Amino acid sequence: MTHYAMVIDTRLCIGCGDCVIACKTENKVPEGLNRDWVVEATRGTYPDLSTEFRSERCNHCSHATCVYMCPTGASHHWKDTNIVLVDPNKCTGCKACIAACPYDARLVMHPGGYIDKCTFCHHRVEKGLDPACVSTCPTRCMYFGLLDDPSSEVSELLRRRDYKVLAPETGNRPNVYYLT
Amino acid sequence: MHEEILITARSNPPVDPVMHIWGWEISVYLFLGGLTAGIMFFSALMLLLNRDEEAPFSVNRLSLLAPVVLSLGMATLFLDLEHKLFVWRFYTTFEPTSPMSYGAWILVLVYPITLLQVLSTLRSGYPLLASLLTGTRPERVLLVCERWRRPIAWAAIPVAVALGIYTGILLSAFSARPFWNTGLLGPLFLVSGLSTGAALIALIARRHSEKRLFTLIDAGLILTELVIVALLLVNLSTGAQPQLDAAARLLGGDYTAWFWGAFVALGLLIPLLLEAAEIRATLRSLALLAPVLVLVGGYVLRVIAVDLGQETTWIDYGSEFNTELLERLH
Repeated sequence: MTHYAMVIDTRLCIGCGDCVIACKTENKVPEGLNRDWVVEATRGTYPDLSTEFRSERCNHCSHATCVYMCPTGASHHWKDTNIVLVDPNKCTGCKACIAACPYDARLVMHPGGYIDKCTFCHHRVEKGLDPACVSTCPTRCMYFGLLDDPSSEVSELLRRRDYKVLAPETGNRPNVYYLT
Repeated sequence: MHEEILITARSNPPVDPVMHIWGWEISVYLFLGGLTAGIMFFSALMLLLNRDEEAPFSVNRLSLLAPVVLSLGMATLFLDLEHKLFVWRFYTTFEPTSPMSYGAWILVLVYPITLLQVLSTLRSGYPLLASLLTGTRPERVLLVCERWRRPIAWAAIPVAVALGIYTGILLSAFSARPFWNTGLLGPLFLVSGLSTGAALIALIARRHSEKRLFTLIDAGLILTELVIVALLLVNLSTGAQPQLDAAARLLGGDYTAWFWGAFVALGLLIPLLLEAAEIRATLRSLALLAPVLVLVGGYVLRVIAVDLGQETTWIDYGSEFNTELLERLH
């Protein structure tokens, strides 16, 4: 399996939300729906507080429970990569994948009715481009690349820096990494 | 303090602000699916045990309800689909990791078997209906089915059990929803489905011996269900944090009254006491109340399981986003 990863530096992210706008523009996500979002996590007791911004989306899990639960094969791993896509022509809108996702990263497309989600902009990845959110980020805190290649920027960063993933205890093996 | 809030609007219905992807359509389907399993199971069992005298309704007439009840359930299941025109996609594949895919194919087995059950008992159960076929070619089909009525009943038993248990396994396979993620949900839904089936027979059978038999069977099933419910609570309240959060919703939280009042007390304990009194022939006047309560309790269980289960989660962000703000843009 070709292993793509997104790496996001929480020390550089300022929570501007440009990734969200870039995604909506690139993928024509209808009003009121979002494939990505930003979380502000605050820890500590005043005045000793620390804040972390995280741009979040589908984690394109290696162990993708949404793919396992889909009754029709509509949710699938794209071309033997870890990129999880939904084929609208196979989707019945049963919403099993929404229940199966521990990150609540899926949505019901309106007015279509099929299930939609972040695609890691596979249509751009195919052309050798970064996903729209990564290429737009004004603080350049987002990186995208192949984990299979030890010399890639993402591999390099994960070797050098401390990082975490969201809710690894779910066993889903997520592929969006946060540098801490 | 550790607080995590969304600072861009994530307002994806029906995921935000609280997940509500499945509503009454799914609760009704799970209830009617379990009831269908009970109907198939007991009509087949009584036939195999030659209880024609003691339980004539179950042997001869009950099975006709199975396709009717299941069709109602399938209708509400269809109503739930968001991409309805693609419903046929369930049947262009089999996905071995998806309980829903197993369910779709189990339903394909259930229909012809219930139909065969009906045909094999049509002449004894609904002679008027069967007489319409006298002298026609379909009458030969009736005769063949009658000759095969025992093998048909034997086939109905495992299919009924599969139907009853899959509705629970379907939910329990979601590791992302801590309340559902226990193997006890399959047996619980199966026993509850059989119990509602027995209650339905106790409610509509005319012969006293049959009412009594199914009151006795139902009391046994309720006792079993109580044990499974207790195990479920032990399982939840000895789990990890996501399970503990789910347990807290039932033990003092917002689902406490529904769970203990409407399901455990009204749906299990009170009908069990009424049935015990009925078996000892002390409370005949309330004979109808127990099965009605069991049926209501069976539905309440599905509502609680579906509603509470989907709300339990590993990740829970606060959100101040107000969808009304979007409307003001227009």
